[in-house]
Order: sequence, then structure tokens, then C-alpha cells
Amino acid sequence: MRHAMSIEPTPVSNARGAEEAHTPSPYLEITDLWKSYGDFVALRDISLTIAKGEFICFLGPSGCGKTTLLRAIAGLDLQTHGTILQGNRNISTLPASRRDYGIVFQSYALFPNLTIEQNIAFGLENTGRPKPEIASRVAELLAMVGLSAQGKKYPAQLSGGQQQRIALARAIAISPGLLLLDEPLSALDAKVRVHLRHEIKALQRKLGVTTIMVTHDQEEALAMADRIVVMNHGVIEQVGSPTEIYRHPRTLFVADFIGETNQFPGKVLPDGQIEIGHSAFCCATEGFAADDIVTAVVRPVDIIPHGADAHAVNAVDRPATPQNLIDAEVREMEFLGMFWRTRLTAPRLGERSLVADFSVNAVRRLSIETGAVIQVEIPRERLLLFPRGA
Amino acid sequence: MNIDLEAPYLPLVGKRLRQESSRDDRIKLGLMAVIGLYLVVALGAPLFIMLSKSLSTYRFDLAAFEFQVSDETGTNWGPVVAADALNQKLGVVTDEELVSSSDGRLAATKFFPDFSFRSPVHYRIRGTTADAAFLAGPTLEKGTEWRDYDSGTFRRVVLRPASSLGLENFKTYFSTPALARSIYNSVLMAAISTVVTISVAFALAYGLTRSCMPLKGLFRGILTIPILVPSLLPGIALVYLFGNQGVFKDWLMGYSIYGPIGIVIGSVFFTLPHAFLIILTALSIADARHYEAATSLKASKWRTFTTVTVPGARFGIVSAAFVVFTLVITDFGLPKVIGGQYSMLAVDIYKQVIGQQNFEMGAVVSVILLVPAILAFAVDRRMQKRQVALLSARAVPYAPKPNAGMDRICFGFACLVSLFILGMIAMCQIAALVKFWPYDLTLTTKNFAFDLMDGGGWAAYGNSIKLALLTALFGSLVVFAGAYMVEKTDGFRFGRSLFHFLAMMPMAVPGMVLGLAYIFFFNNPANPLNSIYGTMAILVICTVTHFYTVAHLTALTALKQMDPEFESVASSLKQPFHRLFFRVTVPVCLPAILNIAIYLFVNAMTTVSAVVFLYSTDTKLASVAVLNMDDAGDIAPAAAMGMMIFYTNVAAKLVHALIARGLLARTQAWR
Repeated sequence: MRHAMSIEPTPVSNARGAEEAHTPSPYLEITDLWKSYGDFVALRDISLTIAKGEFICFLGPSGCGKTTLLRAIAGLDLQTHGTILQGNRNISTLPASRRDYGIVFQSYALFPNLTIEQNIAFGLENTGRPKPEIASRVAELLAMVGLSAQGKKYPAQLSGGQQQRIALARAIAISPGLLLLDEPLSALDAKVRVHLRHEIKALQRKLGVTTIMVTHDQEEALAMADRIVVMNHGVIEQVGSPTEIYRHPRTLFVADFIGETNQFPGKVLPDGQIEIGHSAFCCATEGFAADDIVTAVVRPVDIIPHGADAHAVNAVDRPATPQNLIDAEVREMEFLGMFWRTRLTAPRLGERSLVADFSVNAVRRLSIETGAVIQVEIPRERLLLFPRGA
Repeated sequence: MNIDLEAPYLPLVGKRLRQESSRDDRIKLGLMAVIGLYLVVALGAPLFIMLSKSLSTYRFDLAAFEFQVSDETGTNWGPVVAADALNQKLGVVTDEELVSSSDGRLAATKFFPDFSFRSPVHYRIRGTTADAAFLAGPTLEKGTEWRDYDSGTFRRVVLRPASSLGLENFKTYFSTPALARSIYNSVLMAAISTVVTISVAFALAYGLTRSCMPLKGLFRGILTIPILVPSLLPGIALVYLFGNQGVFKDWLMGYSIYGPIGIVIGSVFFTLPHAFLIILTALSIADARHYEAATSLKASKWRTFTTVTVPGARFGIVSAAFVVFTLVITDFGLPKVIGGQYSMLAVDIYKQVIGQQNFEMGAVVSVILLVPAILAFAVDRRMQKRQVALLSARAVPYAPKPNAGMDRICFGFACLVSLFILGMIAMCQIAALVKFWPYDLTLTTKNFAFDLMDGGGWAAYGNSIKLALLTALFGSLVVFAGAYMVEKTDGFRFGRSLFHFLAMMPMAVPGMVLGLAYIFFFNNPANPLNSIYGTMAILVICTVTHFYTVAHLTALTALKQMDPEFESVASSLKQPFHRLFFRVTVPVCLPAILNIAIYLFVNAMTTVSAVVFLYSTDTKLASVAVLNMDDAGDIAPAAAMGMMIFYTNVAAKLVHALIARGLLARTQAWR
């Protein structure tokens, strides 16, 4: 499989390479995992190694197999084929009750007729622990999630965010070796989500528990994960740190799913150039041969505005001579608070318009407004190429 | 980039993975097997035996027997003669007499007109086939060996019929006009009653949901009263109101209440609550926005009614129609009391079995009665599947606006129907309390002296309470555990859907059919469960099975509302499933469990159809006593016993409400 190359020399563009670098002691090893429902293949040849204490996010659109993979690890839906080792113990076919993990669901799944304390104590009772020990452990957990005053209440009396924290406390009460989070924040509203994101991450660091979280929210994954596993159609598209995934997507799918993209059909020319529309652009073309048909991708935030005359401003902004400068007319502007989203048309790019995000500052400084014709730069190292299917 | 082409294929080597079973899985599997076995024994097997009985025919095969007669010394034998040769010569047994039942007996002496039991002549008999059977006194003899009897013993030799499988019984049924007529009658009665009941129920439900009429709660209460009495009771009330000595006899303008008129009025009475509750539910889930849209589009009242109200409730209406149709066509108590000479299928079963001891013909009528019930059931299930949720989460509940004219009409109609229901109950109440309706109206308690009448006396009432309590207890246990297994276990998909199918089946099986099937199955000495025949146990099992489906669906609905991840959480916390079951599932579902218990209690008190075949002298029941006392002409005591059932059910409902409130306050604090 070929992948997009970039100009920067060092970063690892190979997922397995990244794993080796990150994982001195593997805790969870998944090998050749398949899951099929009749003719439908939900998971296809999944292999993944997770280190002790890592925070991993399974990220992908709905139906990509991320939850199926989580449930296979939990023993809730047995895989069709493949092995799972947890701490060198083969758990492939163990029932859920004999595996070692705590789980938190999107629906919280708190027992409605038990108080908060009873909910948290549910997994501690029946284990031969003395009552006072259980009580002190429950108090400790309640303090940990910051809900000490709520112990006697019932779940329905708490807000969604509080309920999810209780579900988390219940899951970690039994000190599991692995914490599984199945879209834990999806049912919450935006503010609470961001807040709880930090809390979960902090708690995970403090406890050092290996954690896998399933999410379809890329922002959540980027903010929380040590490493992200991007999945689509039952296969792993890429495994890597958030910056790796964002900066160096290995596939067009990853590029498009993480962040936003402008996509242009193009053809590779000799001498490190590609043809988009009817013009040539500088670009890293390693790994491609001349005349290869490609999709060129550039993110809206990576487009640099230069006002009417690029060379005048350029001297201040950037040391090097800008390449890939094009004239563009501003067609639409949308104020999104933190920045302006603009739709540009450029004769050199052909029919397709170009979406670019400009800072409020730049818009003011360069007097960018609807109808204005400005120069924009598509930085060479930010122009990514992906092979286009026949 | 095409992933599918590049990715490898699922390796086919090696065995398919199987999850190691946990202790929980094994316990669950065991429990499911136990409850599944219960349903097979209590439902599947009896019905199967009944079906095979309906296909068994019995006929005396005269060619299968041969006789030899000695002279007076008893040692010199005459020629061997076959029974059918003798019959051809003598014509003692007609062709019709050869058709028999499983109990059929034909005296061998019939073939010897000059037989005298004092004569010294000896007789020999043998079969020509190994299966030919005859009885010599109590001993069953079979086979082709000659057997020798003196004339004193030969007097007690009877031939047994040979059995064969075939549609013979059905042919006989359909060629007997008196019997086949019942099909037409039953369908006609059910159809008319359905139309009337649904119209009335819809009008009432409409009034309660779409008008601002007063006393809605009271009307709701009154309209559910008929559920609390046996279907015999409206029959008795009608006899008092419109019967030969009825006060309102003249209203019928010369027509008799005994027959179609009585059946329809009575059927409307006892099916009304069922139809009313279903349609009420369907109409309650109305989205106000649809009505606002209709108003803003300037639709007329009538157009709004036909395009918004009726389509919204159409699944409810269809469902209610099927329920009513099935109830009427399978009901036995009402036509028994008020039907007169008008024959109905369910009564035919009773007459064939109890009156004529013709079990095969009873089985035939049962199979015929199963057809419309199963048909109605199947169509209803299909409709239910097509029903989509009309009410989205964002629907705005509809609140009717006052409309003096409309409200008055609705109120008036509800009063009229309530009067009808209360009138029937009041009539029975009066009948139970006066000396001799309508001539001597002095109050008396003599009608409650059940011990002086046939039917079982106060012991029968005690038995009924015992049956109702046991059914409520045992039934809720089995039903809830069964529904839990269907809803909350993974794996054994086939077993679970088979189980669900069995649980849905009782809805389509009329009580008479179930009762008869139980006779066939449990009264067979070869059945190891034969010992429960004639005991309270068989009554409990039969009643639980008879009312299984509604209870099962109630439990299922409650369980479906539970988060499906509870089980996953519990197993991740290493807790056995029974701990979750008793600490969470049961407490959360307690309201539903109590509803199941009261449903089973009330129905066990009022049911007649299934148990009428199964009670013994020790286990007579109140509802059956009503039937038997009415049959014996003791109508006033029958009414009195019917009222006792009514009081008991009202009391049970009150106790249920109290328990529910008290218990729920403790266990449902979280709500």
C-alpha cells in the first residue's frame, strides 16, 4: 500500500514503526481478529498492540467496527477468528465474567433502583470484602469523581455528566487492568463533554489504567488519546499519535475524517510537481511516478493568505520564498467566531472552489472581504497526495 | 483505494471459535430448558395429541373376528364363522352402529339371537389379525388364538373397534348439518358482536380522549367492570331482564332473548372492556401538532376526524377487532347460558365431550375452532409488525378544548353505556338477594346457601380462591422468568425464538380446546404426569397456560425498557446474573410483575372454558358452579355465586392497588 509522503524527514509514517517506538511492554495484543455476521464482515484482519497505561481511542464513522472490536475485547460479542492476549493471558474465548476490565457505556447503564453508593459498591460486594472496607472504598471513589455529597441519591436525580462519572467510578471500583469506554460522552451536551473529557483523562493518568475509548468524535480523540486507531469498513486505516494522524494521514479516508480537507484531482508531473486544473504546483511526490492519477489534499487552515501582493507581506511573515501562490477571488465569508471560513475561486485550480480558514487577525490586516481578489499560498509541505482508485 | 481487493480473506483453517461457557450461561440454559419444557408439556404436547385424536376414527371391523359354537356337550365344535358373515345373514348391526369411538363396545352375543346364558353351549372367539381386540369382562384379549368361554362368560364378551388415521371424523362433522351449522352461527355472532363492540368502544374512547366531558376517571372504572365477572354473568342478567319472566320481556317485541340476540348483547358486555382499553391506548397517543396542522389547513371537523384521528388509531382498531372476534367465537359460558337452541362451536365441544362422551368429535370441533382463532391471531401479528411508531419523541400531547355540544353528546353516550353495564351487574345483584324474582322481592340470603345446591357449594368458592392465588403466584414466577430468558440472554437464538413462539401460542388457543387437549394428554394412564389429573395442580397449570401470552407480553415490555447493558456491566463486575436479577431486574419490574399477578388472579377467578373439563369432585370451582347451578335451574344462586366472584375480584383489585402503592413507595423511590 502506498501512502502520502511529506517533506518533513523524521516523523514516522508507518504505524507499526510507531508502535514499536511507543510500546516497551505490550499489555493487550490482538492478532488476526475477524468478525463476520453471515456474509457481512464487521472486522477484517485486525492486529493491534496496546502498551500498559496507554490511552487508546478507536475512532471512525458509525458502522466502522470500532464498537464491535471493543465488545470483542470485552467478551460481549465473540470474534469469529483471532486471538486476544491481555497481560500475556489468552482471553480469546473467555466469557466476559472471567476477563479483567471495567466498562462504561454511552447510556451509563446505572441501576436505577440503587443509590449512587450502592451502584458503586455493586462490584465490590459478594467478593468477601468486609463492609467497612467497601464503604471506605466507595467514599474514596466518590471523592475521586467529585461527587461525595451525592452518595445517597438515585441516578435519576443526577445530571447526565454526574451519572457518567458514577458509571466511571463503578467501573474502576474493582481496580480493573483495562478500562473500556464505549462512546461515554456522546449523550452529553457540548460543554459538559469538554469538561468531562479532561476529568477522564486526568483520572486515567492518575490511576495509570490502560484505557480504550470508542468515539466517533475526532476532536475528542485528538484531545484525549495517546494513540488513535482510525477505523473504516472493519479495517484499521492508521494507528498513531494525534499529531501524526492529523499531520501525516496515511490514507485519503484518514485525511478526510480527521479535520477538514479540500480535495482536487491531479496528475503527477516530473520534477516534484503535480498538475491541478491546468497549472503545476510544487509538491512532495516521493513514492509516485510521473503520470500517476492522484487526489491532492490541502486543509483549509493550512492555506496562507497574502493580500493583494504576496511578496510585500511575505518578507515579514515567512523566511522562504512562497511557492504555489495563486490568485483567488473571495466568494463567500462565514464568521465562525474563532476564525473566518471563506470560499475562494481560483482560475488556476479549475472549476472547484477552495475553502480556506483565515484568522480574524489576518482578515483585518489584509482587508479580506467578499469580492476581493487576494493571493493565497498552498504550502508545498501541506499539499498531500493520495493515489486515486481507477 | 480499494480495501476489499487488498485485504486478505477470512482464514478458514481451524475450528470456529466458541466462547467458554460461564456458570451463569449454564444456569440460564438450564432454567430456559425447564421453562421451555413446561410450555411443551403444558401446551405443545396436549395440542398435538388432540390433533391426532381428531384424525383417529374407530370402527368395528367385523371381518376381524371369528366364532365357533359347540353343541350342548361343550366338546364338539361347529363350523368357523366370521362375524361379518353372521351379520350379513342376520343384519343385527347396522352400518351406522359400526362407526364408533375410542370407548366403543359391541356385545358378541348380538350375533347369536338364540343365545342364552344358562345354556351348556360353549363359544370360541378369535381375531383374524393380531390387532383385533375384545374384552371378556374386564380382561382385554388380542390376537388370533382361539379363546373358549362358557355361555355365562360369553355374555360378557364385547368387541372393541379398530382405530385408523384419516379425515373420516371431519367428513362426518361436515355431513352432519346440525354440527356444521355451528360454524356459520359462530362466525356470524362473532362478526356482529365485533362490529357493535368496536363502534361502541371507539365512540367511548373518542369521548374520553377528544372531548372535555366530566367524570372521565369514573367512566374508565365502570367500563372495566365486565373483566371482573365470568362471561356467564351477563347471560344470567339477560335471563332476568328479558327472559321468560323478565321485566323488560316486551321490549323484544316477541323475539326471544335465548339465542342470537342474547349472545350479541352479552358478548358486547364482556368484550367491551378489552376493545375499549386497546382503542383508548391507540387514541391517547395523539400528536397535537397533527391537529394544529389540520386546523391551519382549514380542514373541516369531519375531514380531520377521517384523516387524522381514525388513521392514527387504525392499528388499535384492527387489533381490538381481532381480540373481540376471537373472544366471542371461543367463548363458551355465555352461549351456554343464553344461547338456547342456537348452536355455537364452543358449546358443541362441551356437548360432544360432556354430553355424548364423543371425544373424537370434540377434538374435531376443537380443531375447527382453532382455525379462526389462529387466523385472527396471525393477521393481528402481521399488522402489529407493520405498525410504526407514530409518536416521535418530540410529539406534543393533544389536549382537547371544551366544546359544549360535543362534550354533552360524549357524556350522554358514556352514561348510557355505563347504565348498561351497571344495570347488568345490578340485575344480578338484585337476583342474588331477593326471594323469587319478580314475584317476591323480599330480601333473603338463601341464595348464598350454596351448600344446599349442586355445583360444589362454598368449597367451590374456596377452591377458586386457592386456584387464583396459586395461579397468580406460580404464573407470575414462570412468566417473568421465561420472559427474562427470552429478552436478556444471548446465544441459543433458536431456542429463544422457539420459546417465544410457544409463549405467544396460548393467545390463539381457545380455553375449551386447551381443556380438551389436557384430557387427552393427562388422562392417559401411560403418561407419567397422569397423577396430576383431577388435582388442583392441573387446574393451575392449565390456567397459567391459558392466560400466558398477555402476561408474557407485559413482562417483555417491562424488560425491554431496561437498559440492555445492565447484564454486560454486571458480568464485567464479575457479579452472577441472579444477583443482578434479584437486586435490579425484579425490583425495577415490580409494577409489571404485580400487574401480571392481578391479571392472572382475576382471570383464574372468572375462567370457565378450560377448567370445565378438568375439575374433579374435590376441585370444583366457583365459576363452574355458576354454570352448573344455572344448568340445574338454580339461577338465583348462580347469580349469587357470580356476584361472589365479582366481589372477590373487586377486593383483589383493591388489595393490588394497596400493595402496589405500599411496595412501590419502598422499592420505586427512585422514580
